[in-house]
Amino acid sequence: MSSHKKIGDIILDVQNISLSFGGVKALTDISFNVREHEVRAIIGPNGAGKSSMLNCINGVYTPQQGSITFRGQTFKHMNSRQVAEMGVARTFQNLALFKGMSVLDNMMAGRNLHIKSHIFAQAFRNPFGIFGLGNAEREEVQHREYVEKIIDFLEIQAYRKTPVAQLPYGLQKRVDLGRALSMQPSVLLLDEPMAGMNLEEKQDMCRFVLDVNDEFGTTIVLIEHDMGVVMDISDRVVVLDYGKKIGDGTPDEVRANQDVINAYLGTSH
Amino acid sequence: MDTTFPQLLQRHAAERPTAAAMREKEYGIWQTTSWQGMATLVEAIACGLSQAGLARGDHMVMVGSNRPRLYATMLAAQSLGAIPIPMYQDANAAEYVFPVNNAQVKFAFAEDQEQVDKLVDIRSQCPGMLGAIYFDDPRGLRHYAAPGVLALDHLIEAGTTYADQHPEFFAAQISQGSASDVAAMFFTSGTTGNPKGVVHTHESLLNRAQAGQSFDKLTEHEEVLAYLPPAWIGQNIFSYAQWLCCGYIVNCPESAATVSIDLKEIGPTYYFAPPRVFEGLLTGVMIRMEDASPLKRNLFHKFMSIAKRVGPALTDGKPADGNKSVGLLDRLTYALGNFLVYGPLRNNLGMSRVRVAYTAGEAIGPDLFTFYRSIGVNLKQLYGSTETAVFVCLQPDNAAKADTVGIPCDGVEIKIASDGEVMVRSKGLLKEYYKNPEATAEVLTADGWYHTSDAGFLDADGHLKIIDRVKDVGRIAGGTNDGAMFAPKYVENKLKFFPFIKEVVAYGDKREKVCVMLNIDFDAVGNWAERKNLPYAGYTDLAQKPEVYAMIQDCVNQVNVDLSKDEMLSGSQISRFLVLHKELDADDGELTRTNKVRRGYIAEKYQPLVDALYGGKYEQFIETAVKFEDGRTGSVSATLKIMDATTR
Repeated sequence: MSSHKKIGDIILDVQNISLSFGGVKALTDISFNVREHEVRAIIGPNGAGKSSMLNCINGVYTPQQGSITFRGQTFKHMNSRQVAEMGVARTFQNLALFKGMSVLDNMMAGRNLHIKSHIFAQAFRNPFGIFGLGNAEREEVQHREYVEKIIDFLEIQAYRKTPVAQLPYGLQKRVDLGRALSMQPSVLLLDEPMAGMNLEEKQDMCRFVLDVNDEFGTTIVLIEHDMGVVMDISDRVVVLDYGKKIGDGTPDEVRANQDVINAYLGTSH
Repeated sequence: MDTTFPQLLQRHAAERPTAAAMREKEYGIWQTTSWQGMATLVEAIACGLSQAGLARGDHMVMVGSNRPRLYATMLAAQSLGAIPIPMYQDANAAEYVFPVNNAQVKFAFAEDQEQVDKLVDIRSQCPGMLGAIYFDDPRGLRHYAAPGVLALDHLIEAGTTYADQHPEFFAAQISQGSASDVAAMFFTSGTTGNPKGVVHTHESLLNRAQAGQSFDKLTEHEEVLAYLPPAWIGQNIFSYAQWLCCGYIVNCPESAATVSIDLKEIGPTYYFAPPRVFEGLLTGVMIRMEDASPLKRNLFHKFMSIAKRVGPALTDGKPADGNKSVGLLDRLTYALGNFLVYGPLRNNLGMSRVRVAYTAGEAIGPDLFTFYRSIGVNLKQLYGSTETAVFVCLQPDNAAKADTVGIPCDGVEIKIASDGEVMVRSKGLLKEYYKNPEATAEVLTADGWYHTSDAGFLDADGHLKIIDRVKDVGRIAGGTNDGAMFAPKYVENKLKFFPFIKEVVAYGDKREKVCVMLNIDFDAVGNWAERKNLPYAGYTDLAQKPEVYAMIQDCVNQVNVDLSKDEMLSGSQISRFLVLHKELDADDGELTRTNKVRRGYIAEKYQPLVDALYGGKYEQFIETAVKFEDGRTGSVSATLKIMDATTR
């Protein structure tokens, strides 16, 4: 499938990032780049610094050294809000949904950045629709339409009005993805989208990730544990171990890399 | 009715162009297609297909769930005189090979990527076939390199252009069709051998559709929810033949998972479901009632016991217990119950507006049947098959019974052959089995009688009662019941009427006793186990719990008590049973696509278990291969317990 894709120029360039928490070096001098429309995977054993890397891109952590260039602009550190406004969305390893809210409301929350009507227009709505739809209502209808397309895309129509907490984990993961997609992102950061899933759920999620990439042209950076999954769906893979980059290339190149094999299978010292 | 399906479409489009023909829920909103809109869509698809080379007499397969565009494509094919073959969308790819080769199918409609993949996969086994595959949902298919895989959208575009240039073409094609033309072909799953293509003409399908229409006085105002596979003739009659015949509204749910939500939103007036759907709904209600507050639970049970006593009689509109009419106090209590319990319950089930509901395909449990009638749902049974275009017998509104299938409807003659087989003659019979004159000759006599292969008889009121398949009715050989009649399905059904038991296979023909293997209903028993604080790891583990065995033993013993009272079938009492370690599955060939057990195949596959049942063992190890829908295989193994039952 990926052979049909038009992979574009570099849109995200991470240069010499180092991050430490006190004496713990989470990331040491990491550089890699992401091209437009590709599926880029970051893999590595537990504690390798994968999530930290994503958090740096996302503006949650501020690296002590290095810089990140996104679409031609270079940043010493990213700001979460700014990152979101530039079209980067993410999902979380341990889910960060509003548990008591319905699937629909969670996904509408993802449209927040795109909502233009001000707080008063939303709070004081035309109560009985006597004067037709107000600006806030009209806007909501448009956003709802977009969210409905995502709901259809992710095949979660049956759970539209179900509180998220009542859904099984695999579906919650899908809603998390749905909320990220509602932002209409150009780059999507996925933190272990398949963690804790059974085989069937993993297959479904793989298909959704590939379809997102294919249908919307979204660039995808994903962290994943499951090597099989990663090798199947990504265009290029970067491998971290103990906060250092030990491999970078196509799945085949990475698979043949001796350092990677050692990191995953262990070596006799 | 001397007309064809496309001609009926034209008539509706001319007479009531803006009336709703179909609705489909998409993006959370019910989107309506009017009769005129439907006709325009069909015209475009027909023109496109004709340009692509679909000719009179060609076959075209349809694989997908209920969607307006699937039905529009069927109509388009029929407009050109081509013959649509709807196929089960959940079948694995290999099952399509025979029909495609048998009918030399070059054109296909596929709903989405999944179906396209299956059809492309079998191209290598079907040389020269399936050259053109049209897909409805383009998702994931944008970059497919396989030749001849084309978007229906493009076909419609091309067809629209052609229709603009040749405005007479579509109408001229339709007028060439006649009632005696072949309208559609349905492949029957068949419990043995290759499937057979049942050929129906416009006349045979419409004749039966109309018989059903006049029996229940159906109008164009009915609302129907189309949610069963279009490949099943029942679905086809209800959401296609009768749709065009009556001109009512067919509603397509958003997805398979949303059916129960959509049912509530639509509130169908004419409803059809196999017993397992009714059972699933009831199980859902019962489980939720157990979790309700004590007040609600008590209210529910209190009023349900009243409903059970007087409800069916009130729904029938005739006296209870034969001649004693329902007393005033009972009527008042029932009315109160209707306000507090039955009404809200019907609403919750999406059956508030149901005027006529049918169940067919399998026997329905008396408790289940009575439950629906007691809360005021006019649930009835019907009898028919693919070969008879469904409607043979129907139950009138005031004479619904749990153990019969009704009286012969308009235009049907019934006789019982000397061996007990039910024979049917009507205008709705199949034309033939496709390219299979031997099989046709076996079921159709020269003077137009059809062998149903069902054993049954007409009761005192003229209602047909079905016992089993003729070939399955056997005799016990040896032992204390030597020579007694054994009707496996009758025994199986009696067990299946318990909510905890999902599937049963019974053996006993030419053996000295009856033994059964069964599947527990994972949802129902799982819930029961949770209530009893019984931990389990999965189906296999739960199935082998001693507590579960004890409970199933009670069920078996109750069935034996019941059977012992039956003069003809008291010899069919169950001596031994076991609970299988995996659920019987159509993907593993153990059930047919319509979920009927394939007894012979199961006996071969589980030979060690059958031997252990009859060999007097109390434990047996078994390892079984399982097949997933994508063709991969795995295996399950377990040591199964075997238990004795009490016979009388």
